[in-house]
Amino acid sequence: MAKYKMHMLVCGGTGCRASASDMLYENLKKEVQDNNLEDDVQVVTTGCFGFCEKGPIVKVIPDNTFYVSVEPDDAKDIVAEHAIKGRSVKRLLYTDPAKKEQIPDSKHMGFYKKQIRIALRNCGLIDPENIEEYLAADGYEALGKVLAEMKPEEAIQEVIDSGLRGRGGGGFPTGIKWQIASKVDGAQKYVVCNADEGDPGAFMDRSILEGDPHSVLESMAINGYCIGATKGLIYIRAEYPLAIKRLKIAIKQAREFGLLGKDILGSGFDFDVEIRYGAGAFVCGEETALIHSMEGDRGEPTFKPPFPAQSGYLGMPTNVNNVESYANIPVIFNKGAKWFASIGTEKSKGTKVFALAGKINNVGLIEVPMGITLREVIYEIGGGIKDGKKFKAVQTGGPSGGCLTEKHLDTPIDFDNLIAAGSMMGSGGMIVMDEDDCMVSVAKFYLDFTVEESCGKCSPCRVGNKRLYEQLELITQGKAKKEDLDKLRNLSNVIRDTSLCGLGQTSPNPVLSTMDNFHEEYLAHVTDKQCPSGVCKDLIRYEVIAENCVGCTACARNCPVNCISGERKQVHEIDQALCIKCGACLEKCKFNAIAVI
Amino acid sequence: MTKIKSLADLKKMKSDLQSKIALREKSDTPEGRTLIKVAMATCGIASGSKQVMDFLVEELDKRNVDAIVTQTGCMGYCYAEPTIEVTVPGKDPVVFGYVDTKKADDIIEKYIKNGELLEGIIPVNYETIEKNK
Repeated sequence: MAKYKMHMLVCGGTGCRASASDMLYENLKKEVQDNNLEDDVQVVTTGCFGFCEKGPIVKVIPDNTFYVSVEPDDAKDIVAEHAIKGRSVKRLLYTDPAKKEQIPDSKHMGFYKKQIRIALRNCGLIDPENIEEYLAADGYEALGKVLAEMKPEEAIQEVIDSGLRGRGGGGFPTGIKWQIASKVDGAQKYVVCNADEGDPGAFMDRSILEGDPHSVLESMAINGYCIGATKGLIYIRAEYPLAIKRLKIAIKQAREFGLLGKDILGSGFDFDVEIRYGAGAFVCGEETALIHSMEGDRGEPTFKPPFPAQSGYLGMPTNVNNVESYANIPVIFNKGAKWFASIGTEKSKGTKVFALAGKINNVGLIEVPMGITLREVIYEIGGGIKDGKKFKAVQTGGPSGGCLTEKHLDTPIDFDNLIAAGSMMGSGGMIVMDEDDCMVSVAKFYLDFTVEESCGKCSPCRVGNKRLYEQLELITQGKAKKEDLDKLRNLSNVIRDTSLCGLGQTSPNPVLSTMDNFHEEYLAHVTDKQCPSGVCKDLIRYEVIAENCVGCTACARNCPVNCISGERKQVHEIDQALCIKCGACLEKCKFNAIAVI
Repeated sequence: MTKIKSLADLKKMKSDLQSKIALREKSDTPEGRTLIKVAMATCGIASGSKQVMDFLVEELDKRNVDAIVTQTGCMGYCYAEPTIEVTVPGKDPVVFGYVDTKKADDIIEKYIKNGELLEGIIPVNYETIEKNK
């Protein structure tokens, strides 16, 4: 076998592929061949590096050179310069936005400095479609160890000792969940992996499945052994075609290697995994709804108890865990529960993967130790707010979570602190907002999502959220009175207290937390009929500032409804009756002559 | 594909496969490893640096020396090509000139393993940008 002197790792995650990283991979391979370097340089597709902001990413090993925004045509330069002449292609290096310096390798990037990658350990390191690379990275060793050397109770105890809590959002201790399921008898028990990731802006689970599918399969088998289940099901949304493709390849390879199927590693333990597809309903992330959907029924939740551990899939004892929870399991067995428990805070151990999105410089996927502060995440890893604007809030926990503000910047992030601050961990979406975001509109956005995704089974959620949305709409239109704010709060409390499942119980959170943290802003909408951030269209108007206008006609030419009039070199005017408040004029004006009032 | 039948089989397979990604794992934790840079500009390649690099990669692996070999651009000592820079953990980088495979062998055995200095060291006559900071 040839010994490669250089590895070129090309990101094959969904984000980078959307920017033609697959073509880039082909081009790199071709260039390597054309230069007769096949024996020296290995080109590999890997999972997500997390630095999605600047994709497609190419990382060159061993010098860790980190190329960003690489286009298929850059393959020629990378091979000619880096592989042949040994010098990096400067124009493709990452430039630190704060220091304006080029950063030669990933070791010096602020984005990676504070991260600890456990669940994402293999993302961006191995080829997810090649089981041999997973095996080389300690793959299936945890399963082997558990099957050969541990009794189910011992293995469960190890997971309990690690302090791992469910990463899907609930934060229930994973080991305890396994223990409960292990004590229930059933003719056929099931292990289910919940890959129905549905929060807007969240893509942690997708990236793990795309970058390291075997780690989930391995953990499910361990889970099966612990609770006495021989069948595993992965419930994944059909909108994740690449994750599904890689899971299918992984399942096939694991069967060929005897790591799934009958008598795994000579232990006498049988376990196999099948995929079940979801149609992308948010409520199916709730475990009872998920199970009903897999059974072929409507994806609606049912009352707990009975818990899935007692009566789950087809009435049998079932253990449901989230993708990210599973991705942590092999490391717990390989490095020990003690090691895992040494990371994080007192009650939240290990790390958490967050999908960093919104008005932040480094949009991407990060994995940080529990207990890190928002300030570190936003300013050190995230590189600060885009365009030097002012930080306003960060939304965590998706439609079930809330907003954290400046006063929470130094709160250590863990399950309990986030709940105390009026938000929640959720599955890990983190949307950063700046001074230009209107918090009432943000709450409305999430309610719009909840109304769309409510299954309609219970009235508080079906009717209540719709009414909540309508009230928010009135506020953004300037048609609400001050008393309506009390109604809004009351209705939110009723929905929270009386809904059947987690979706309805948490759906008012975005409203309640923005009302608590941005009361002034709500007041401005209802009493002054103003939107301080200039977002709510019914409360703002665009006007030309006469002394700044030079009559360049840029605004008039770009106005989609032709409501701006004025001669060349003359002050222009906006016809307020026709204006649709799209903001195109503001964007195009180079002379600061358009104002939002 | 034959199935893996036991934990022992799995471990054996892993050690056979490990070299596939060893380079990636090593470079992820460069601390504490010997770093060797081989100058591979036109002058270096013309003088045989590619053979030296091949030799280093093969031999370090065979002799179980924990090191990362990377290529770099021209170091400026074109008269002494092939040149390599060796950084043993905790020591300053040392540049060797006129390195052929025999010299490379000496560098591994004497300098990297035992810390003995050899003939042909090019003294440091520059400052790096990082030092000036």
